[in-house]
Amino acid sequence: MIIAIPRETAKGEARVAATPDSVKRLRHLGFSIALEKGAGDMASFTDAAYAEVGAEIRNDLKACLAGAGVVLKVQAPTDEELVLIPEGATVIAFLKPAQNAELLRKLADQKINALAVESVPRISRAQKMDALSSMANIAGYRAVIEAAHNFGRFFTGQITAAGKIPPAKVLVIGAGVAGLSAIGTARSMGAIVRAFDTRSEVREQVESMGAEFLTVEIAEEGSGTGGYAKEMSKEFIEVEMALFREQAREVDIVITTALIPGKPAPKLWLADMVDSMAQGSVVVDLAAEMGGNCDYTVPDKKVEHSGVTIIGYTNLPSRAANQSSRLYATNLVHLLGELTPDKDGEIHIDFEDEVIRGATVVRAGEITWPPPPPKISAQPKTPAKKAELDKGPVEEKVKKKKSPLAIFVFWAVAAVLLLWLGRVAPPEFVSHFTVFVLAIFVGWQVIWNVTHALHTPLMSVTNAISGIVVVGALVQLGVTGSALVTVLAFVGVLVASINIFGGFFVTHRMLKMFRR
Amino acid sequence: MNGMIAMAYLLSAVMFILSLGGLSSHETARRGNLYGMVGMTVAIIATIAGVATGALWMVAVAMVVGASIGLALARRVAMTQMPQMVALLHSFVGLAAVLIGWGGFLDPQVTLRGAAHVVHSTEIYLGVFIGAITLTGSLVAFCKLQGLVSGKPLTLPARHWLNLTAILACIVLGIGFVPAEVSTGTLINLLLMTAIALLLGIHLVAAIGGADMPVVISMLNSYSGWAAAATGFMLGNDLLIVVGALVGSSGAILSYIMCRGMNRSFISVILGGFGSEGGVVSDDEVEGEVVSISQQDLADDLKVAEKIIIVPGFGMAVAHAQQAVSDLTDRLRKMGKTVRFGIHPVAGRLPGHMNVLLAEANVPYDIVLEMDEINPDFPSTDLVLVIGANDTVNPDAVEKPGSPIAGMPVLEVWKADKVVVLKRSMASGYAGVANPLFYKENARMLFGDAKDSLQGVLGKINS
Repeated sequence: MIIAIPRETAKGEARVAATPDSVKRLRHLGFSIALEKGAGDMASFTDAAYAEVGAEIRNDLKACLAGAGVVLKVQAPTDEELVLIPEGATVIAFLKPAQNAELLRKLADQKINALAVESVPRISRAQKMDALSSMANIAGYRAVIEAAHNFGRFFTGQITAAGKIPPAKVLVIGAGVAGLSAIGTARSMGAIVRAFDTRSEVREQVESMGAEFLTVEIAEEGSGTGGYAKEMSKEFIEVEMALFREQAREVDIVITTALIPGKPAPKLWLADMVDSMAQGSVVVDLAAEMGGNCDYTVPDKKVEHSGVTIIGYTNLPSRAANQSSRLYATNLVHLLGELTPDKDGEIHIDFEDEVIRGATVVRAGEITWPPPPPKISAQPKTPAKKAELDKGPVEEKVKKKKSPLAIFVFWAVAAVLLLWLGRVAPPEFVSHFTVFVLAIFVGWQVIWNVTHALHTPLMSVTNAISGIVVVGALVQLGVTGSALVTVLAFVGVLVASINIFGGFFVTHRMLKMFRR
Repeated sequence: MNGMIAMAYLLSAVMFILSLGGLSSHETARRGNLYGMVGMTVAIIATIAGVATGALWMVAVAMVVGASIGLALARRVAMTQMPQMVALLHSFVGLAAVLIGWGGFLDPQVTLRGAAHVVHSTEIYLGVFIGAITLTGSLVAFCKLQGLVSGKPLTLPARHWLNLTAILACIVLGIGFVPAEVSTGTLINLLLMTAIALLLGIHLVAAIGGADMPVVISMLNSYSGWAAAATGFMLGNDLLIVVGALVGSSGAILSYIMCRGMNRSFISVILGGFGSEGGVVSDDEVEGEVVSISQQDLADDLKVAEKIIIVPGFGMAVAHAQQAVSDLTDRLRKMGKTVRFGIHPVAGRLPGHMNVLLAEANVPYDIVLEMDEINPDFPSTDLVLVIGANDTVNPDAVEKPGSPIAGMPVLEVWKADKVVVLKRSMASGYAGVANPLFYKENARMLFGDAKDSLQGVLGKINS
């Protein structure tokens, strides 16, 4: 089967759906590759590099698509391309099935199968095919780069001979893949980073990236299915806005990444917040394509309002075309690997496979979108509702309390027994018994302090010191009048000595090995 | 003179307490051992100088012979064989207690009457009883650990009744023995009881399976302490009583910790028979497939991982892989990665066994962490290497309430991004439970001998 890689023609699209590396791997799956001339130019992959790994370079789009069984693209196919794609072929690209009902119909009419990479379900197994995540990662990185480019100051704080430079303060709203990537990038450039997300489960991830996690004093869990956030209640949004207003006066850079699936992006960074930001501040809106999180956002444009730059570029991954092509191409290789279980260069759209079912939007002339909802949320366990508010660890187990009566009875019986023993036993025994009981308590206290790692040396050293029974044997060795006792005692001394010397020495050997 | 000896004994008792106290941290542990040696020296010198009236040459011969055997054993033992060594040493304490008890019984100079006689006889009886169980129990444990007999639990029919009968018989014999004057009758009673207790010790430990050995050894450790304490009572010697109590409670605490680590009651472990079903318990099939990984792929994964946790189990000891583990750790740390170890309390065949093995292979102890310390870190870990551990990393313990190991605290390795399990085969662990970890989507299996595999991986990383 031939895989066709046409040149992307959409405006501002520099990515390509295959790299020389991915071509090699696709060929291992049994496919042959037909690449349109110059397809990789914008992403810095030359035709020669493709040819070297066995791709056939075809001169124009028509030649490229002729006889194709699979068409790999970044953007959805254009009308010009649609006409040229053979019937029964399979198109894999970012198809935006939710917004592109017309495209789906055209594909179905032409009996072209289609897989939308953004519809790959977000389950653990499909992570390697999750192009949305890999693109979001780049978008987050690039958002910080764009912000830095338009921000007239350093990110990192410095103290120089020419004066003190305060570090930039960055606020990231929405800690999804893009948000986390932005946090990491901004942190590594030296900025102070704060992050906000309605899903409390991401707190750890945010903190592990080195940002401060901002919360609101209201208990509402924002996790929806498939790892996305859901829409929040009115009360929650009010508190959230108050928090943002407060932050707006402090931060220099805001990166918004909040998206709710199938809905326009929520307006989170309102006009008055922008107005209250310092001159020269930058807002990067990663949700621009879905209408934007910021009131002032103009998709695909950089605009300025009251001295604040608002960046609404919609295709940030394309601005790092080489890197994003590499990741996207690898995602596609994995997806094709799932489609080609036998590695024979023939794809099978198997609806039993949850991942393939989710991604397929048109099959055999039928629109199969939307797919049934994914079964598992990426993080099924929601922490206790209040977990966000109280910081202390939740006491998990409540210990079974013994009833006071049982305790009383126990000690009463113990006391009676002790008193009885004191009455009948000889005084010498009583004093020994006192020592015995106290020693048990001392031992109990001391041993609990022994660190777990040293339990083996503990055993061997107790072995050694229980060799103290040698004292008993030594005493008996002096007993006169019974040769048998002497023999027994002799053996006793011998055996106990093995313990003493062996135990201490082996403990010594072990302890010597422990080093920091 | 008596006062001086008593003070010497007090001094040595304090030294022993300091010795155990020293083990609370790695820094003070060696000094602790030194305290123990000093305490022992003081006690022996005081006894020889003050109390013992026997021929010095006999003392010297016995001690020199004992010392040479002990030192030879201690010098030669491999760290993987520590469980056997400890078991053997327990049996010596038991033997000494039995001998001293018999010596006390046969001692013609003791002439006690009334309550004092009853107490004395009880002490002898108890000392011999506990000593005998410790002696044979430890020997059986030794044989099991050494592989001289099968590690499988011996499940005789009606074995609980056998034990009960044996204990009852000992009590009945004791009732006849304790109050009576020393005579041929009491001699027979004591002889019979010794024989029964020896058999009981064998049977008790034979019924317990290989992986419950940490509990058994701790328990025998405890017994050896109580035997010493009983001997102390018999001889009216406070030092022995103190040491016996210290060792006894030490063993008891260790047993308790081990039992808690397996979420099983002490009684259920002692009654034995666990794990005898041997893998029949897999009544519900685990879904999913096992994905294996090559040494090359693991090497690549290790190269990109930043945070790595290694979870060793008994399999590491069996394969003698600790040096290979250490070399790999060393290499990875030099590459700037965070490598740590997570140790389950019951990993291995002896409390703290894994720590000793890793220490032997020069793994720094401050990267070797306990289960409770490391469990919260798994979600932020890139790669977990499980080396020869099975039940201690079984997600069923947490996720499936009906599982035989439900509620057992485990290392939650599956929460990491990726888990690679080094294993010889797909056989189930000691508890006979299938391990769904192997079927998890983020789990990969590297089959083969752990040592060879790790050396292979290290070679691939270096090349």
